[in-house]
Amino acid sequence: MDPIEEAHRRWWPQVLAATVRFTRDLDLAQDCVQEAYLKAFAAWSQEVPRNRAAWLTTAARRLAIDRMRREATLRSKLPLLVIEDDETSTPETDLLRLIFTCAHPALSPDAQLVLALRLLGGLTVTEIAAGLLLKEATVAARITRAKQKIAAAGIPFRVPSEAEFPERLTAVLEVIHLIHTAGHTAPEGAELTRPDLSAKARDLAGMLAELMPTQSEVQGLLAVCLLTDARVEARTDEDGALLLLADQDRSAWDQDLVHAGLRAATQSLRGGVGRYALQAAIAGLHAQAPSIEHTDWGLIVTMYDGLLATWPTPVVALNRLAAVSMVPGTDLVEVLAELDALGAEPPLLAYPYLPAIRADVLRRLGRFAQAESAYAVAAALTGNEAERAYLRRREEEVGGWGRDVGVTSA
Amino acid sequence: MTIYMLSLIDDETWHDSNQADWEAEMQLHTDFAAAVEAAGCQITGGAALERQSTATVVHRSDGQVRITDGPFAEAKEVIGGFYLIEAPNLDAALEVAKVCPSAHVEVRPAMDLSAHE
Repeated sequence: MDPIEEAHRRWWPQVLAATVRFTRDLDLAQDCVQEAYLKAFAAWSQEVPRNRAAWLTTAARRLAIDRMRREATLRSKLPLLVIEDDETSTPETDLLRLIFTCAHPALSPDAQLVLALRLLGGLTVTEIAAGLLLKEATVAARITRAKQKIAAAGIPFRVPSEAEFPERLTAVLEVIHLIHTAGHTAPEGAELTRPDLSAKARDLAGMLAELMPTQSEVQGLLAVCLLTDARVEARTDEDGALLLLADQDRSAWDQDLVHAGLRAATQSLRGGVGRYALQAAIAGLHAQAPSIEHTDWGLIVTMYDGLLATWPTPVVALNRLAAVSMVPGTDLVEVLAELDALGAEPPLLAYPYLPAIRADVLRRLGRFAQAESAYAVAAALTGNEAERAYLRRREEEVGGWGRDVGVTSA
Repeated sequence: MTIYMLSLIDDETWHDSNQADWEAEMQLHTDFAAAVEAAGCQITGGAALERQSTATVVHRSDGQVRITDGPFAEAKEVIGGFYLIEAPNLDAALEVAKVCPSAHVEVRPAMDLSAHE
């Protein structure tokens, strides 16, 4: 990788954080860091400095001093950031401050997401808009509004106190998880995934893990990112069509990512059984299984039981049922009844994975006509073309079986 | 330091409370005042408001002034009172708002006009 590209990927948030503390102005800091990277293009073609992060930070701060001198009479449109415990600053605490500012609960989840991609991920507005399938103007407006709120409302540039830390960390992990999910299955469009976003989320999770090596949930999130990304290549065939876990060529899984993911999962589970630790455990069990049949579904259900207790959401309940349906000897009729009960709740009414899982259970029960219509419902609900194509294929397939055997299940 | 307005939003049922409830409510506000001090913040103003049905609105447009029975916008949950708090940053103001005796507390910074003086 080219040294500047690598420096951008590795040190953008750290350089920005150190510059923000200096300027106490997010926009000014961002402009100066961007310009520092441009300067690096010329300067590093001669000689790449040993400490690239320090070189970039110094360059950005010098630019900021120039700008502040020049614009001294013009400035202070927005209040300066409130900085606490300035004297205890290190590059690490600055970075933590920037991370916690981006995921401050006073900002809406939408704002947190774009702000994290812009400030921590170093992505441009154009890249963020492409990644999230939003208009550039929408992304730009969200970022501007969020920065204004940070300044005007006095959201401090600080690391939360010990008492607030767990809750605030959860918010940070959620933002990164959201970025990862957005990259993993594009909610709309022709391609199944947007690997730029998932790779960015993986980088950010790795950065957090370096900053907070003893936080079990941080390791858990990193493991989830690594283990999910390890399977990306195997999730589609050569034509870009979706392949489910059962049909994937497991030898195509990225073994480096699997190993790194299992290491992080193990470390996470050693420290706790929070939401991400348990998700990491589930992903780890899949990663270690040689095939869908030789997967320890019983243990996976146990992990889902724990997950449902710490994070009781309808989607977790649905995924748990999907795992239950795979345990050998399970009463599928009972699973079906539970699926229908879950589907009656508003949060999952338009959720395409529910009818998809329902269709799969119906197919295994031999109720092909019902399976066919459930696949049709799922295909109509998904916005992703690769998923829709998969679901249509299954719909036609079970439709054919239904006619062949003349099944007329009620 | 920034001044934050903490708007205490509720359904006005506290206006119907009996003597004992009322005293308990007042005690909560006394405790709140102590908590604000302890958090390194300061109360610089505030008031409890009468019911929204007691409001009157003065409208002014095109040089015409018109007076109508209020409130400006009828709502189930309304601002029943407010505090002005001086706090070092939003996190400190939010800590204080968490112990403010009201179902919903809107925390909003006041504009700093000193730069324009």
